[in-house]
Amino acid sequence: MKPDPVQLPLPGFDQELTDWSERYAAQIGEDRVVRNRSGIEVRPLYTPGDWSDGRYLEDLGFPGKPPYTRGIYPTMHRGRRWSQRQLIGLGTPADYNARVKSTLDAGGNAISLIPCNSVFRGVDCDEVPTALLGTCGTVVNTITHMDGCLDGVALAETSTALNDPSPFTLFAFLLGTARRRGVPWSQISGTSNQSDYISHFVANHMFFRLSLPGSRRLLLDHIEFCQQQVPKWNPLSVVGQHMQQAGATPAEAMGFTICSAIQYADDCIARGMAADAVLRKFTFFFDISISFFEEVAKFRAGRRIWARIVRDRFGVADARAMRFKFHAQTSGADLTRQQPLNNITRVTVQALAGIFGGLQSMHTDGYDEAITCPTTESARIAIATQNILREEASLCDVIDPLGGSYYVETLTDQMEVEIEQVIARVDAAGGMYRAVETGLVQGMIGESALAFQQEVELGQRKVVGVNCFAERADDLEPAPYRPNSQAIQRLVADFVDYKKQRNGKVAQKAIDGLARSAIAEDENIFAAVVQAAEAGATHGEIVACLRAELGFGNPLITP
Amino acid sequence: MSTEVAAPPARVLVTKIGLDGHDRGSRIVASYLRDAGMEVVYTPPWQSIDAVVNIAIQEDIELIGVSTLATDHLIVPQLMDALGKAGLGDVGVIVGGIVPATEHEDLLAAGVEQIFGPGATREDIIACGLELVARTRAARRATS
Repeated sequence: MKPDPVQLPLPGFDQELTDWSERYAAQIGEDRVVRNRSGIEVRPLYTPGDWSDGRYLEDLGFPGKPPYTRGIYPTMHRGRRWSQRQLIGLGTPADYNARVKSTLDAGGNAISLIPCNSVFRGVDCDEVPTALLGTCGTVVNTITHMDGCLDGVALAETSTALNDPSPFTLFAFLLGTARRRGVPWSQISGTSNQSDYISHFVANHMFFRLSLPGSRRLLLDHIEFCQQQVPKWNPLSVVGQHMQQAGATPAEAMGFTICSAIQYADDCIARGMAADAVLRKFTFFFDISISFFEEVAKFRAGRRIWARIVRDRFGVADARAMRFKFHAQTSGADLTRQQPLNNITRVTVQALAGIFGGLQSMHTDGYDEAITCPTTESARIAIATQNILREEASLCDVIDPLGGSYYVETLTDQMEVEIEQVIARVDAAGGMYRAVETGLVQGMIGESALAFQQEVELGQRKVVGVNCFAERADDLEPAPYRPNSQAIQRLVADFVDYKKQRNGKVAQKAIDGLARSAIAEDENIFAAVVQAAEAGATHGEIVACLRAELGFGNPLITP
Repeated sequence: MSTEVAAPPARVLVTKIGLDGHDRGSRIVASYLRDAGMEVVYTPPWQSIDAVVNIAIQEDIELIGVSTLATDHLIVPQLMDALGKAGLGDVGVIVGGIVPATEHEDLLAAGVEQIFGPGATREDIIACGLELVARTRAARRATS
């Protein structure tokens, strides 16, 4: 989509440009080649010779209209602030509840729950070493646990994101909680924040739960179930964040994410869902690195590409279905263990890039991210960073304030080309599902991760406190968060009691029904997951049942 | 000794135990060791302690690198214990990743030889690995 070279009518422009080039070359001596993380060469100056607004209406247009380059809503942050959605997960449900309430008091206005790694692994709290429970997320194995997490939170008025891979037990527990409290499912809003199984397979975090084909079917069942029964819920969040954290360049991460979204749209349409209705519910989730202009351009280019794909590839004319709604999280991989207070500055710059990139929802990391699950203090600073940017820095007065910059527009065009090359490569490999099955995507990410690390080691990419300004001796080390071990032991004991005291026959019957639904191709597995949860079955029991029926994820991992 | 033949490459296991799946670091370190001429056995994350012991026995491992980013180091003492009981007390264990300073002592007391945090260089990791492998070989020669 490179615009035609502009015929400049400016009298004297060429002469002035040549003049500047000569003066620049004379002063700088040997110039260095600068490339951004996506490999695009960055030159010292951009002018109307690189970009002009000749294609303004086609490539940029106005906020709230396709191709949405300048934002998906007419008012953007001037009309409505982004959701301040801090990812929280720690300790017991009671610990989670206390942190959520303090975060909402401090300026958060939406919820995101991250479960304990034992939950991600698909097992219950009585199946793993107690020392590992609750250190990096909250233990949530039952409806009772979820009810405790959200104690005092008005379910019908609070948007809740659940970091909840297939088979979406946390969402089932949320629905069970809503029923207990008498809140109709039609009023529940939020997002299945990690329903994108492809991102998990690719970034190797959660493939162990279920096989790739099983995950594929379950996602479609989940989307269909939500369309019918929980209409305000976004069942799909297509995730680029995992892939960029695993080492994909910003352009690769955006390209792969769009490829995943294409795959999911194709799968939904193949199942007979209406393309426009499905696409209207798509949301995205990205990483924001500290490569400021590159990230801004990544988001602007991603919006434009997606709008055109929805229009041209899927033939959907509904402008709402072309909206590229996204949540973004500041990059933990950019944060350093060394001199950790410096991370407050890094998070601020990353957040700025996300805001100028036009996000709808944001999480900012704690400065101790590289060391521990955030402590109370670091979590407070992280949300305060968003408050300061929103309230003090006058960032929300103008929509897409970097639009029209010769550099940002040129870079947006160049990122678009890079991203489209990634998409073309995946298309040629047979689409994202196939490209993940064969390991193509994993291989590309691994190579990019290694290349980046080598640049840091060679000092070509500077990281303060790591390969420059690293000599400071008074290196502060924040105390790591560790849950109260007695509270964790009590939680496990209560859980064991819970299993003894529940109606075991009812729970077993629901698990049997779940197994049958997995075998019968015309049944909705996710509906059976919800039934099992409401019958008292636990997270680990539900995952184990489906693993037996649908198979275990078989990873493709190579060093 | 002028008759020496080239020593066989070091046999190294790079693994992750516990619950965390973030493997960017372990993959990079595995590449470094392989590029340095070692024979690397690489596992996906989430290995059980028993699985690590079994691989170490079956693959004749001389050095184990355990990557930990999300508190899985808390069960490394259990791994050390299991290795000792399996007669693998001569295999050096290096832990890499995020281990808070206040928790280093627990690992070192359990027999971990070295803890590498962020900022550790490729050269230091390789040098440490080669030294530990040489020590393991010397110990095995002495007892064989």
